[in-house]
Amino acid sequence: MLAWTIYISFIGVVLLMLLPREAARAARIIALLTAIVGCGVAFAGAMQQSNPGEVTTIVKVPWIPAIGATYYLAADGISLVLVVLTGLAAIAGILFSWNIERRTKEFFAFYLALIGGVYGVFLSFDLLLLFVFYELTIIPKYFLIARWGSTRKEYGAMKLALYSFVGSHLVLIGLIAAWVVARAQTGHATLDLVALSQVSFPVSFQHWVFPLIFVGFAVLAGMWPFHTWAPTGHVAAPTAGSMLLAGVVMKLGAYGCLRVAMVLFPEGVRMWQNEIAALAVIGIVYGAGVALVQRDFKFVIGYSSVSHMGFVLLGLATLNTIGLSGAVLQMFSHGIIAGLLFAVVGRMVYDRTHTRDFNDLQTMQLGKLLPFAGVTFVLAGVASMGLPGFSGFVAELQVLMGAWKVFPKTTLLAGVGIVVGVAYTLRAIQKAFYSDLPPAQSGHNHPLESISTPERIGAIMLIAASLIIGLFPGLLLNWIQPCLNSPLFERLLKGGPL
Amino acid sequence: MSYLEVLRAAAPETVLTITVLMVLAVDLIVLRGQSVARRFGTGAMVCILGCLMASIFTFTHYGDADPLHGLLMVNPLTNFLKLMLLVLAIFTVLISVSSKFTEHVGEYLAMILLATIGLMLLVSAEDLLMIFISLELASLSLYILTAFNKRNARSSEAALKYFLFGGMSAAFLLFGLSLLYGLSGSTNLPEIAANLAAKGLDPLLLVAIVTTVIGFGFKVAAVPFHLWAPDAYEGAPTPSAAYIASGSKVASFYILAKILALGFAGAAGSAAWHGYVSGWTPVIAVVAAFSMVLGNLTAIVQTSVKRLLAYSAIAHAGYVLVGVLANTPASLSALLFYIITYAFTVIGAFGVVAMVEEATGSDALANFAGLSRRSPGLSLCLLVFLLSLGGIPPLAGFAGKFLVFSAAAGADEGHLGLLWLVILALLMSAVSFYYYLQVLKQAFVLDAPENTPAIKVPPVMMLTLISLAGLVIVLGCAPGLLLYFL
Repeated sequence: MLAWTIYISFIGVVLLMLLPREAARAARIIALLTAIVGCGVAFAGAMQQSNPGEVTTIVKVPWIPAIGATYYLAADGISLVLVVLTGLAAIAGILFSWNIERRTKEFFAFYLALIGGVYGVFLSFDLLLLFVFYELTIIPKYFLIARWGSTRKEYGAMKLALYSFVGSHLVLIGLIAAWVVARAQTGHATLDLVALSQVSFPVSFQHWVFPLIFVGFAVLAGMWPFHTWAPTGHVAAPTAGSMLLAGVVMKLGAYGCLRVAMVLFPEGVRMWQNEIAALAVIGIVYGAGVALVQRDFKFVIGYSSVSHMGFVLLGLATLNTIGLSGAVLQMFSHGIIAGLLFAVVGRMVYDRTHTRDFNDLQTMQLGKLLPFAGVTFVLAGVASMGLPGFSGFVAELQVLMGAWKVFPKTTLLAGVGIVVGVAYTLRAIQKAFYSDLPPAQSGHNHPLESISTPERIGAIMLIAASLIIGLFPGLLLNWIQPCLNSPLFERLLKGGPL
Repeated sequence: MSYLEVLRAAAPETVLTITVLMVLAVDLIVLRGQSVARRFGTGAMVCILGCLMASIFTFTHYGDADPLHGLLMVNPLTNFLKLMLLVLAIFTVLISVSSKFTEHVGEYLAMILLATIGLMLLVSAEDLLMIFISLELASLSLYILTAFNKRNARSSEAALKYFLFGGMSAAFLLFGLSLLYGLSGSTNLPEIAANLAAKGLDPLLLVAIVTTVIGFGFKVAAVPFHLWAPDAYEGAPTPSAAYIASGSKVASFYILAKILALGFAGAAGSAAWHGYVSGWTPVIAVVAAFSMVLGNLTAIVQTSVKRLLAYSAIAHAGYVLVGVLANTPASLSALLFYIITYAFTVIGAFGVVAMVEEATGSDALANFAGLSRRSPGLSLCLLVFLLSLGGIPPLAGFAGKFLVFSAAAGADEGHLGLLWLVILALLMSAVSFYYYLQVLKQAFVLDAPENTPAIKVPPVMMLTLISLAGLVIVLGCAPGLLLYFL
């Protein structure tokens, strides 16, 4: 059933392409319906899965027998979390791009193609298939940004596309090497993730191939120092584009790190554990620090994404159950919150004021003009800071608890990152919405267009998702934790404290 | 040996030869005085019918046959390759139907078919003499095809360049083959290998290897024998360039792999990292590495899309050579998959370029601006073709790359000796993504200048391009369909 999330998205793409050029309204509705049905299928499929701890096969048919590739879609609890996230983010993104008037149908066609690819990555348990979906997302990303973006859009789009492509080619090198070595060891060719996770790759091989694949994926997760695509890409992207980039695309990278690199090469992780943690913490602190001094509103959120994704990577590096489950939860939480933040900045503020410069925004009294945007941003901001009651708190707390057991000193530094996080969020709230500077004398006399219904629905939906998970983290942890105790993760977590 | 048997083995080529004569006759007698479009339409119909007849004969021949001791080998693989060459010829004819560069319609179509005959004979040859003769038949036809646009000086220049380089390389090839004959006393590839096996790595043999590689390196446009390619692609009429880039590549790569793997069987050597053994594989490895690097880096700065495709062809030659030097059964079928799907893709790409060229007057990158508005169908086809060339899944180009590179990396049972070439190839293919995106950026992101009319694409052309694009998608999603035959 879950496989239909992928098919429905691509059916939506085809339907959109068949529409006449002028039918903008029909395009929006088709896109929204597709996303809602996809999200519904994701929820229904997730509820249906009786045992989230084990890998439940959806489809498994031979694909390219010559190299042992199968068309193998399956899901375990971790996939479920991310599939549900994708469903939510997809709906929200469409609600926040209701005002796209230029080449509407093409916009949504690329948008749904991206969503379909993302669903595919989260549901693939064949390495080649996973890679196919992973690369499939690059092209829609590029066009969404280059065609419908803003500030330096062509540069940002190309940078993102090239970073993704180089990263995925590092992955491909590692993947081919792993395939060859596994074939030499077991005598038959396979690309099945579950089967490969039982192969014991030589330790010396793991030591060099793990960083290759991990870094390849981590490029997309925004790991420092390969994060530089993220701020420019996020800023250049149209609102829905940055929502998806931060909301789900960065998760693709983190998911790949966990699902492929770490599960296949446990010895490799143990060797590079400290380096990953160090880079993650640098990312947390650096991202937060840079966000603190930005003048462009969207850059603040862009760098905050780098900082928050650092927590995901830190969680992954802990190699214990609590840290890993925190990392997965943080993927979900950041997907929701970052989506919301970008929605406020890109859609609610920038589309109306046509500026993101704090110096200009300060004089506009947006808190009074757009009270809904102000309140939404405050809520999203406190969720992003990690205030208890929102999903970010549970996730980051778990990551820090996991990390404290393994590398206490590094964890202290990550704590500094949280404090800076509070600082830049408050600064952004204050400068953008509640500045007490006197309003500028000239210009901006015309009233701003009020917040539309789709925006309100989208914002409320995302805030609710973050609150529900913050209050009842068990909903997702019941999916995540059984996975981590499953045979797939046994070798990875063996010996680690629980 | 009975002549009937020979005729039966050579049935597809025979049918095609008759078709050549018929096309010439029909154009000369029946169509005299008609409009060019009419003549092209009718001539193309005759050609396509002939090709279809010939392809029926590639199906009906039973089992293996070797009536002339290596001059004309017939087996399921060569038959399938001939079928592919015929299909490529049909597509080439189809994309040339609407062109207006020549009045010599009959001759043009006849030349395409003659080149096809040469390539088909080349595929089934396992004898040095036959290889050389059929290669020359194909090459001479291709030189003429390049020069066909008599109104354009660049076409003649391109042909002259192609011809001079080609003649030189033919001389090298002949020199190498003569050495090979002198060393082994035979012109038959398996016999050569058997006779050479006793002798070890003679210095003369090394000379033979190098000169043979030079000869074929020219045909497949590998660095450093690639200099003709950009000029020939740019100057030649677009359908001719498409055929040079597709059909001729398929046959040349197959025969190169065959000569090296079969004729130089004992002198393979090894190109493994830290495991270098001299022989033909290190030579190919060097050529492959340079082709990938130079082709991709030079393509970045091109402003003519045809030149860009030429440099990308050089890079692709590098990738395929990686498959050649892996030298295992898996790598042979992988490289054939790669080059066949590449051929379909590149014909399609040239078809789109031809349309744009006709509408805007040149193939400059800037003329592709706003293509998605001016002709959505054309731009979507271009998207499929270029992304496939760039190796984006789920298109055929990705499947080919994965097959070739995994076969190369797995050539020595888990020792990963050739992984260095695979790494180089994949990193370079990441570079290639940039310039394909440059073209797509023009087509999808930038807007055309004000008041540019929509591009009218003839229905035949559109159907051809859509079926090629469909083929690229289907073969990418289900590579097994093609791999089954290889």
